[in-house]
Amino acid sequence: MEVIWKGIIQAIELIFKLDPEVLKVTALSLQVSGLATAISLLIGLPMGTVLAFGRFPSRKFLLSLINTGMALPPVVVGLAVSIFLWRSGPLGSLRLIYTPVAIIIAQTIIAAPVVTGLTASALQNLDPRLQLQLKGLGASRLQTTWMLWREARLPLLAAVMAGFGSVISEVGASMMVGGNIRNQTRVLTTAIVLETSKGEFAIAIALSAILLLLAYLVNLFLTSVQQRRQ
Amino acid sequence: MNSPALLSFENIRVSRGGKRVLELDRLDIQKGGNLVVIGPNGAGKSTLLLVAAGLLKPETGRLLRNDQDVYSGNLLAYRRKTALVLQDPLLLDMTVFDNVAAGLRFRGVEKKVIAQKVNPWLERLDIAHLANRRARAISGGEAQRASLARALVLEPDVLLLDEPFSALDAPTRIRLIDDFQELVRQNAITTLLVTHDLNEALQLGNRVAVILEGKLKQIGSPHEVFNMPVDTEVAAFVGVETLIPADVTGLKDGMVFMKAGDYNLEAVGESVTKGNVLLCLRPEDITLWKDGEVPHSSARNRMSGIVQRCTVQGALVRVLIDCGFPVTVLITRSSWIEMGIQAGTRVTATFKATSVHIIPR
Repeated sequence: MEVIWKGIIQAIELIFKLDPEVLKVTALSLQVSGLATAISLLIGLPMGTVLAFGRFPSRKFLLSLINTGMALPPVVVGLAVSIFLWRSGPLGSLRLIYTPVAIIIAQTIIAAPVVTGLTASALQNLDPRLQLQLKGLGASRLQTTWMLWREARLPLLAAVMAGFGSVISEVGASMMVGGNIRNQTRVLTTAIVLETSKGEFAIAIALSAILLLLAYLVNLFLTSVQQRRQ
Repeated sequence: MNSPALLSFENIRVSRGGKRVLELDRLDIQKGGNLVVIGPNGAGKSTLLLVAAGLLKPETGRLLRNDQDVYSGNLLAYRRKTALVLQDPLLLDMTVFDNVAAGLRFRGVEKKVIAQKVNPWLERLDIAHLANRRARAISGGEAQRASLARALVLEPDVLLLDEPFSALDAPTRIRLIDDFQELVRQNAITTLLVTHDLNEALQLGNRVAVILEGKLKQIGSPHEVFNMPVDTEVAAFVGVETLIPADVTGLKDGMVFMKAGDYNLEAVGESVTKGNVLLCLRPEDITLWKDGEVPHSSARNRMSGIVQRCTVQGALVRVLIDCGFPVTVLITRSSWIEMGIQAGTRVTATFKATSVHIIPR
């Protein structure tokens, strides 16, 4: 119990003293996972829309793939991305392995199926006649899509939250493709793993508390957007 | 047929799941006309409306607007000349005002103009006080008014309506249909309305088309369709409940003389050949008398029989009589009580020669 108390007190100290290293790790976590979520949204929103409304033969197969992708183990993603970005790998010349960009790529691969799958399901939950009604009022294809997104904005924000949640909390991929390099690719989760392995439980607890607080604040913001006017 | 057609369906064929759901050789909608398409559920009415709305390309055939093929032209431009109202209002999760303004916004209409156009329609449909309410928080009747306003504000060339009043409770429906009828008349709006409700068709159509199993069976004035069905199927759908098999025995001076069972009956009509025919009688065109109380009236036709069953339906009572063949009569509940009719009562049914429609067998 003492360890936990000590950890919490140290966490508060670290936060309020604005410890530069902790700040750096936190900022990087937020940047990397935020960007990965944003890119996932750019990919997942259109893809989920096409999967929800498109009429092509492989649609069901693709949906099942995406749904499987929602449970993609981060270490498997980490392995795949590592193989591609390895110095001698197919994309080795880009020299991205052990950089924040590598983590963003891996986290995007983790979050994109989550956003895609939840987008498709959110849109499929709308009344199918709504599309006809919008077009019957003279909406173009783009206007129809925009209005449908607008109608599904609550579950779509839930999709964003789920996507962000899946990457801010993952450690396997970040560790493998980022290498947990101090001041370069160390994020909150990889730092927690390191401190725990060193037996520095207090710091690990402090970092965990920050991670939880961060996840909470981001979701609090998204929830307040989602529940506005409800 | 005198004014040129605004919209024409030509040889339209639509199938769904390998089954043909619409087979339309020709159907015209005149500018300013109010065409009501009636038919039972699953007859292909909604499919027809989707084709008319530019939302469902038929496998073959053409939809012509002012003689231009709609489906080979700019569909979005066409859709922006029409407006669609569905059975469920399907309002968007925004204010009533914004819902009514939605179609104008799709068309890129200026903000100032939008307010000028939307507000009068909100008033005309009695929902101005709801303008700033969220659409999800209003009643079904109010929502359907908003849905109608949303379509009418677009001043469409043709307003397309799919059972727009069916989901409403009776008093709301009656009021809204009255208001809608008035708006359509005042603004000379061209409408294509599909419904299974015969009363709506009578009230809102200047022409009525009957669609059964995807095929156009009859089109004409409400009087023609409801009183002169072309065949037994249409007769059954439009509420002609009595069909009496008869033999034409003679034709003279625009009158047709027939024998049905023990009765000699007369009808007004000319182009009837001799032989087997069916007499169509609407239940509301037959008058009922208790035996011994039949007056001398202009009704030339009389048949007597025994009441089999009386079914009370609101203010009316449906009386089934056995005259050697079944005859259904609709009388008011008060006259039913006054006459003391019940199963087993001996009655006489009379009807005018002008009330009879003859279809060949």
